[in-house]
Amino acid sequence: MRFQGKSWKFPDDVDTDVIIPARYLMTSDADELAEHVMEDIDPDFAKNVQKGDIIVAGRNFGCGSSREHAPIAIKAAGVSCIIAASYARIFYRNAINIGLPIVECPEAIEEAETGDEFEVDTNEGWVRNTRTGKAYDAVPFPDYIKDIIAAGGLMEAVAKRVREKGQVSSQ
Amino acid sequence: MGMTMTEKILSRAAGRETVTPGEIVEVEVDLVMTNDITAPLSIREFKKTGLERVFDPKKVVLVPDHFVPAKDIKSAEQSKIMREFAHEQGAIYFEVGRAGIEHVVLPENGLTLPGQVIIGADSHSCTYGAFNAFSTGMGSTDIAAAMALGTTWVRVPPSIKYVYTGTLPEGIGGKDLILHTIGLIGVDGALSAAMEFTGPVIEQLPVDDRIEMANMAIEAGAKSGIFPFDEMTREWMARYSDNPYEPVFSDDDATYQEVVEIDVTNLRPVVALPHLPSNTHAAEDIKDMTIQQVVIGSCTNGRISDLREVAKILKGQQIHPEVRCIVIPGSQEVAKQATREGLSDIFLDAGAIFSTSTCGPCLGGYMGVLAEGERCVSTTNRNFRGRMGHRNAEIILAGPQVAAASAILGRVASPNQVPVAVGD
Repeated sequence: MRFQGKSWKFPDDVDTDVIIPARYLMTSDADELAEHVMEDIDPDFAKNVQKGDIIVAGRNFGCGSSREHAPIAIKAAGVSCIIAASYARIFYRNAINIGLPIVECPEAIEEAETGDEFEVDTNEGWVRNTRTGKAYDAVPFPDYIKDIIAAGGLMEAVAKRVREKGQVSSQ
Repeated sequence: MGMTMTEKILSRAAGRETVTPGEIVEVEVDLVMTNDITAPLSIREFKKTGLERVFDPKKVVLVPDHFVPAKDIKSAEQSKIMREFAHEQGAIYFEVGRAGIEHVVLPENGLTLPGQVIIGADSHSCTYGAFNAFSTGMGSTDIAAAMALGTTWVRVPPSIKYVYTGTLPEGIGGKDLILHTIGLIGVDGALSAAMEFTGPVIEQLPVDDRIEMANMAIEAGAKSGIFPFDEMTREWMARYSDNPYEPVFSDDDATYQEVVEIDVTNLRPVVALPHLPSNTHAAEDIKDMTIQQVVIGSCTNGRISDLREVAKILKGQQIHPEVRCIVIPGSQEVAKQATREGLSDIFLDAGAIFSTSTCGPCLGGYMGVLAEGERCVSTTNRNFRGRMGHRNAEIILAGPQVAAASAILGRVASPNQVPVAVGD
């Protein structure tokens, strides 16, 4: 998939508590969660983010809690893609599982600023900052994860397996 | 070539002779856990498979603990979805009043065993590494897939060995050790790795303290934290479980990404100041930092051993007039034991509250949410901005003794700064 959008720059160690505070976790409704996305790190983000915008962040993005509500809120807010120097591992899995495109690209982060225009190709694995004109290679996904992405998310992959097997045997 | 204990567990669960760090393997899971925040999403995703039954109801555990007893209508609805699914599936379920915080309850019920693969839709599911299991947190959808298939995928983590040497000073516990470690390596210092906790200090360290350390491996970005199996683990398991288990041991020639030696001889009680668990300092070096609240409990420090340490300090003392001290036992069993031992009387007489078991304030849910500008010393595991309430509130992480001392003095304090109680 190819995306193009305006960037919002965030620092290292953006945790899931600031992405979606637990005070809003009484629901799993994506649109309701999106109203509060990034509230504790940028209270105006949810109001100002536009459909297709791209989050650009430093290391360890999405650290902390396992709450899948975090990538769900980001996706429902209209963010098309995340570019980060690295991801906390639970967030990484969650994003893949729910179909929020993410790329890992430490080099692209250093010169990025809020308001830059980025182009991202998640299949070919590259990122380009239109303002600086620089392009960067993203860290490629392992084949296993590519298959999950290609299936349209983890549950689609699991449902396909269940259908093929007829029934899953219990151990 | 030798393997680490983590690699041995994963190769066994993958039905393989060996596994190599970095490769992705599918493993059978021994236990799949979810809670009242993450379960409704897991259940919704599980239903997408078209399956009617989970792979094995005896290996699926649901624990309401974050927002229970229900704090409002919405959380009551979430709990209801979970309760109905648990009963419909015949899965293992712990109801309010017979349960508590998942990571306290599961071990108490003998469900988390050496050598197992345990996954939970809660990031502190890495706790069970204390018992020599491979355990890790995942999101709701991963848990839904595991409830369907009985398997999950794992990228085999590289292991980092932490060797604790020297003499453990009196009054220094697992919480101090893990905070100190995170302070040294940073909140992504063990990103996606398995932290293997070893060394002469660990050999002497009680299992409850090991639980505190494994619990917070995630705060260093780790996939898991694991301890060697020894006589102390064996005794602990014998107290709580009749289930058979197969421990694993790292080979002498196992490969580690890194070996980190940590001398603990001069360690003083540790606190982590806002807003990261890696912002560590000695408690006694923090001067004049007044506080309005103390929280004692959570999956990190809500066990009976923690409450005993707190009671020792609070006995005959009064909570500072400007501080609210909230003591939360980690489970109904812990609450009962604390009552039997007279600890709850000590807390109540000191002017603290002694609540029912819940995760509540740790994640700013309820039972101690902070207002703007307030500061709290807490035995929980995260001090991220906004975690316990207002985004301009502050959380200082500490072990139970520092929390108790701070509650008395009304500021961040070390236990050695508390004056002797009248009548002692």
